[in-house]
Amino acid sequence: MDLGQFILMRQELLLTLAAVVVLIAEIATSEKNKARLVPFSIGLFALVTIIGFIPGQEGTLFGGSYQSSPLTMFMKNILNMAVLIIFLQAEGWLRKEENLDKISEYFILTIATLIGMNFMISAGDFLIFYIGLETATIPIAGLAAFDKYKSQSAEAGIKLILSSALSSGILLFGLSLLYGATGSIYFADIAGKVAPNALIALGFIFFVSGMGFKISLVPFHFWTADVYEGAPIGVTSYLSVVSKGAAAFIFTIILFTVFKNIVDMWQPLIYTLAVFTMTLANLFALRQDNIKRFLAFSSIAQAGFILLGVLNAGELGMTSVVYFVLVYVFTNLGAFGVVAAVHNASGVETISGYNGLYKTNPKLSLLMTLSLFSLAGIPPVAGFFGKFFLFTAAAGAGYYILVLIAVLNATISLYYYLRVVKAMFIDQNEQPIPTFRSSNAMRLALVMCVAGVFIIGFASGIFEYIRTISQLFLN
Amino acid sequence: MTGYAYTILIPMIPLVMFLVTGLLGMKWKPIVSGLLGTIGMGTSWVLSLITAGSYFFGGHHAEGFQTIIPFETTWLRFTETLHINIGVLLDPISVMMLVVITTISFMVHLYSLGYMKGEKGFARFYAFLSLFTFSMLGLVIATNIFQMYIFWELVGVSSFLLIGFYYTKPSAVAASKKAFIVTRFADLGFLIGILILSFVTGTFDFGKLTEPGTAIFGSAASMSFMGISALTWAMTLIFIGGAGKSAMFPLHIWLPDAMEGPTPVSALIHAATMVVAGVFLVARMFPVIHFQAPDAQEIIGYVGGFTSLFAAVIAITQYDIKRVLAFSTLSQLGYMMLALGVSGYGGEEGLGYMASMFHLFTHAMFKALLFLGAGSIIHAVHSNYMYDMGGLRKYLPITHITFLIACLTIAGVPPLSGFFSKDEILVAALHHNKLLFAVEFLVAGLTAFYMFRLYFSVFWGKDRHYHHTPHESPLTMSIPLMFLAVASVFAGFLPFHHLVTSDKMGFDTEMHMAVAAPSVLIGLFGIAMAWILYKKESAVPEKLAQRWGILYTATYNKFYFDEIYLFVTKKIIFNYISRPIAWFDRHIIDGFMVGIGLVTEKIAYQIKGMQSGQLQHYAFMFVAGTLALALSLVYFLM
Repeated sequence: MDLGQFILMRQELLLTLAAVVVLIAEIATSEKNKARLVPFSIGLFALVTIIGFIPGQEGTLFGGSYQSSPLTMFMKNILNMAVLIIFLQAEGWLRKEENLDKISEYFILTIATLIGMNFMISAGDFLIFYIGLETATIPIAGLAAFDKYKSQSAEAGIKLILSSALSSGILLFGLSLLYGATGSIYFADIAGKVAPNALIALGFIFFVSGMGFKISLVPFHFWTADVYEGAPIGVTSYLSVVSKGAAAFIFTIILFTVFKNIVDMWQPLIYTLAVFTMTLANLFALRQDNIKRFLAFSSIAQAGFILLGVLNAGELGMTSVVYFVLVYVFTNLGAFGVVAAVHNASGVETISGYNGLYKTNPKLSLLMTLSLFSLAGIPPVAGFFGKFFLFTAAAGAGYYILVLIAVLNATISLYYYLRVVKAMFIDQNEQPIPTFRSSNAMRLALVMCVAGVFIIGFASGIFEYIRTISQLFLN
Repeated sequence: MTGYAYTILIPMIPLVMFLVTGLLGMKWKPIVSGLLGTIGMGTSWVLSLITAGSYFFGGHHAEGFQTIIPFETTWLRFTETLHINIGVLLDPISVMMLVVITTISFMVHLYSLGYMKGEKGFARFYAFLSLFTFSMLGLVIATNIFQMYIFWELVGVSSFLLIGFYYTKPSAVAASKKAFIVTRFADLGFLIGILILSFVTGTFDFGKLTEPGTAIFGSAASMSFMGISALTWAMTLIFIGGAGKSAMFPLHIWLPDAMEGPTPVSALIHAATMVVAGVFLVARMFPVIHFQAPDAQEIIGYVGGFTSLFAAVIAITQYDIKRVLAFSTLSQLGYMMLALGVSGYGGEEGLGYMASMFHLFTHAMFKALLFLGAGSIIHAVHSNYMYDMGGLRKYLPITHITFLIACLTIAGVPPLSGFFSKDEILVAALHHNKLLFAVEFLVAGLTAFYMFRLYFSVFWGKDRHYHHTPHESPLTMSIPLMFLAVASVFAGFLPFHHLVTSDKMGFDTEMHMAVAAPSVLIGLFGIAMAWILYKKESAVPEKLAQRWGILYTATYNKFYFDEIYLFVTKKIIFNYISRPIAWFDRHIIDGFMVGIGLVTEKIAYQIKGMQSGQLQHYAFMFVAGTLALALSLVYFLM
């Protein structure tokens, strides 16, 4: 085999290299200079992100186990960008006294899960897919328990690992059923052999519930709120944006390629999941006071919206899902960035604690408002276009009633997003969070989010590009 | 035809002003932002007038007015045929709307220099005004329904900001939230309507949609859902969006509350611009509605008629002058919707369409005048309530005269503009639907009555205990009043039937005495009633009574007669008709909307137990969910 072919895996290889370099740097750094690891690692990762954008080749490796196409590369680039923003946002938190001795762990574990996700995206068979899945999941449990002396964080870690063990078990069981029914683990082979019979249906459902766990669809979402609340913010935003976004990509890819012959069978299933996910998550979100929990439920609801795009098993569906995740990355990280900045400065994590934030920190409040408006899908910010394309995709597949339910849910969500806006702008507070100035890294991250929210909405080229590469991928 | 490229500047100037005052406004003295915004708006206004002048009066229009698209660019491409453009479309209604919006907006900008002087956040206020005007202009010049939707939402956002301007005031905040969420609910219909329409026709473009006899609806006729054709669904849903913005029953509940915003905002948003967006939308889609979805048009007519009656009855009982005006606006918007509902297409058949647009135009002028006049009154006495006012004609001469003109105009007294436009609507209604005609005829009388009730109680009657002597407003406030008064008087002479018509061709129309005379009479009757009931509350009778006791006794019987009158109107009509309707509005309609919210919260509370924090419980739900999916799938497969 020609070693030059490994260039196809350059994104995974670069990430692996970066993780190793951080590990070596950790060993080489003296105790009192540990804080320097933060800018070093972020810089290194920024380099990896930029290199990722150099156009690469497409092709397959290992007899079809690994595939690379412009679409998969683009997906990986979205994830890289998201992780870069998360790293920038976590900078202030990592520099805190109590975290100094575990800086490299944060970076290495995060990069490790990212490698897993990249492999899942590029998987050409269920073996690579499953290895990627576990690589992507197990380190997250370590991350969730990052504040190991805080019981909430430890609880988050243990809940995550136990729930994911359960879901992996079920998923693996499903995969074995599929193998039993089709005699292959290769996507291409399975795609030709799937038929709507009971064995495949059962395997498929187990697969869906395993993925539903990752994307946090109702009723596989219960871990989400507790883990999001307990984990440190730098990890919560990773879970809510990168982990979920990657899972949505993979889910869409597999449904559209491997299971495309049984579309009629899985569409009603996805339909049901979408309705439950959007509605229940919205109802839960209404009552939250902890802002991380609130964003957890909001992100579950957003996952429900993604399913609308999945229902259109064609290029429009694929395009709208990828586009939505891209928008969602910037939007949600904008919101999480503000939460992280406020938490770093004051330790406040409740919505009522945000009362009167506008008076003391107007820029952050405006940024939060922008992000929340985008999450609610109000034009002309990018979030609206993200949702609109999802709706168009679903309507294109004939699901008008579902679109109606979705739009209704979007309106309900506006109510609770406005609740936070109201807290920041209107509610009085005798002791509002004092004025503070975030670190430069945080400011850079927030500027990136704002730019993303505006540019992606207005630059039509992005949507058309995604459309072209989706077309290429599906045909 | 080219040469209209400069029209792109009309919306762009306010946008630039918004960015400049929004970003830099905090660094300057507040007045700089105010002046900048006003000058910018003035420029847009002049450009709009030039556009209108050359569009309507430059050259011959024997074959009707052309639709001109001086600027358009493709923005997003879905498929080869379905793409979203953004651009400028000029046709009679959009040019007319440009004039309306920029005129009112410029007057409001000017007026606010005086009214908002010294308010906290003066610069912010001007930034929001510019943003709002930009969105509204973008909405009317939209070349396609999608662009319109985007600006539509932007209008919603900017009005949310403006209504909630006094964000330290809880009621203002509640009102702005309500306005935003209620109109968003309506927009839900709009969005789905757009999606259906675009899938049926494969285009967003207004040009293609509204072309008469177009073939794009060919396949649409056969598509239906629940026995109703897809196009009727689409148009009804789009109308729901319009009804939300134009505050048609039962989506009207946000408008009266929105009066919490600063008064100039009410004049801009709730009189002349945002609330007519719904009417404009229906007018824009009119050929589609009329030819493809006649059932939807029927609905529009009845909703409009009902709203106009309902709101007029409520207006009688209100004491907050801005609320009276708010309900009056509802009622007048109902008129416009109704006119569209009863209109045909082409030539005289399209009288309703033309009358609706005509009334939109004149109403914008006189209602803005009323609101700005109300602002001037509130500015002088520091209260919104009619019982805190009286005898103000001495102190506020300019406001008094202009307000009187506006009241006469809305009451339909000839030859003021309101008379002409209202008359056309009544004629159109008479030709198509006798019931709606009767309703509108009655509303005409009610309108005159409640407006003059307001007028007499504010400007006549006895003085109240004012904190300080009320004084006339500064020049920046009285100039807009005077300008709008002149516009209200003369706007009726514009030959609308040659300018703004359903098929863009002029037609001839004449005075319909059989309709005009009774409508004027019922208007005068309403004024007379108000005069009898409300002008009497002056100090004069009491003084007379003290000095000339005998004379007083002599007039006793007349007073006795009045008492009966008062009993019948104030006690019976008020308590048994208007009050219950007002109550119904406040508690049932409003309550229903609030109820939806409450039920949602209740459910949210009930399901809280599901999220117990127990991992075993989560695992159970996980497995149960998987099994439920499996069972359902197996069930459907077998």
